Amino acid sequence: MSVNRRQFLKRAGALTALGLGGSFVLTGIRGKIADAASQTPSYQKQKQGLVAKHWAMVVDMSKFKTEEDIERVIQSCDTIHNIPDFGNKKDEIKWIWKDDFEHTFTESKNEYLTENFKELPFMIMCNHCENPPCVKACPTGATFKRADDGIVMMDYHRCIGCRFCMGACPFGARSFNYRDPKPHIKTINPDFPTRTIGVVEKCTFCVERLEKGLKPACVEASKGGLIFGDLDDTNSEVRKIISSKFTIRRKSELGTQPSVYYLVGGEESV
Amino acid sequence: MHKGGRIIASLIIFVGLFTIPFFYNMGKANAGPEIDAQQLANFQSIEPSINMVANHPQLFNQWRNQFVQNGQTVYVNSEGKSIDISLEKLAGDSSNQFCVSCHNYTAVKPTCWDCHSGPEGARK
Repeated sequence: MSVNRRQFLKRAGALTALGLGGSFVLTGIRGKIADAASQTPSYQKQKQGLVAKHWAMVVDMSKFKTEEDIERVIQSCDTIHNIPDFGNKKDEIKWIWKDDFEHTFTESKNEYLTENFKELPFMIMCNHCENPPCVKACPTGATFKRADDGIVMMDYHRCIGCRFCMGACPFGARSFNYRDPKPHIKTINPDFPTRTIGVVEKCTFCVERLEKGLKPACVEASKGGLIFGDLDDTNSEVRKIISSKFTIRRKSELGTQPSVYYLVGGEESV
Repeated sequence: MHKGGRIIASLIIFVGLFTIPFFYNMGKANAGPEIDAQQLANFQSIEPSINMVANHPQLFNQWRNQFVQNGQTVYVNSEGKSIDISLEKLAGDSSNQFCVSCHNYTAVKPTCWDCHSGPEGARK
């Protein structure tokens, strides 16, 4: 049997079409089977975690009377976050600390302030600003504002230690690890990572506790002196305090919109 | 062969000298890590759809970014199993040598344990 050119081309064409079409069908079926057998991996949040649109804190100054009240709060943070104590001011790492009125509210200072006010120790921490200047300064995205709850977070893995954020923060809320912190931590909490030499660190509003459904450690230890909640929720305690009483924020004239409010003289109105 | 005996003898001596290091280290250098089969199976079951031994660094990098950047702290694997993202939980207690034995053998020194608490001997 001889095949002429026309017949040969026809048959070859038909075979090619069959082969290509068949392979498409096969891969299609295989894909279907694979999809049925497994799902694509995904990520979720913890179910018991606390959620909010805008976490904020109120510092009720009337609740901080003694040195002990303040030390207890600072200690609660230092121990769970593996904060080192280098024993000198220069290398100090601080997440939450205290300072006097003059240094906390530099713009409101005046020489005729009452003695009582001058000596009041104020609790200070990262303000978790709405317009955080540290985030703008960071060249690697190691510090960023979480879109869902407004917390200004640090990713230590990405920090290159340039300290631009420390220069940008008007509140001095960031500390740099000039030395290896590990040998200077009294007892290491194994559930929380330490930091290494060459990274910046700061308060994170205890994101690791929020996701477990717990309030920040300092709030728990303050016995009501620190009030934590969702500023976007009109029924939250923080929102009620801020909208009904007179509160001040640190350096609000800079426009960073801090999320930490100070209730000064709350005693009389309560 | 002219002076064949001497040539062959010196060749044998030469080959013997040349291969001393191989015989000396025989069986030593290649002694692989002792890995518990059950632990390896557990490790693979974290994500059955990929080869965990080869690809776990990439997966853990993804975990890290999701955890820190997006606050997504639970991983749901291809079989629908939820896993808490935590290096501490994954590596087990400090006596657990699963990670360390393999990393030491392959001379891989991940920086994870510079900060995260980990098994004994993980930090060099």
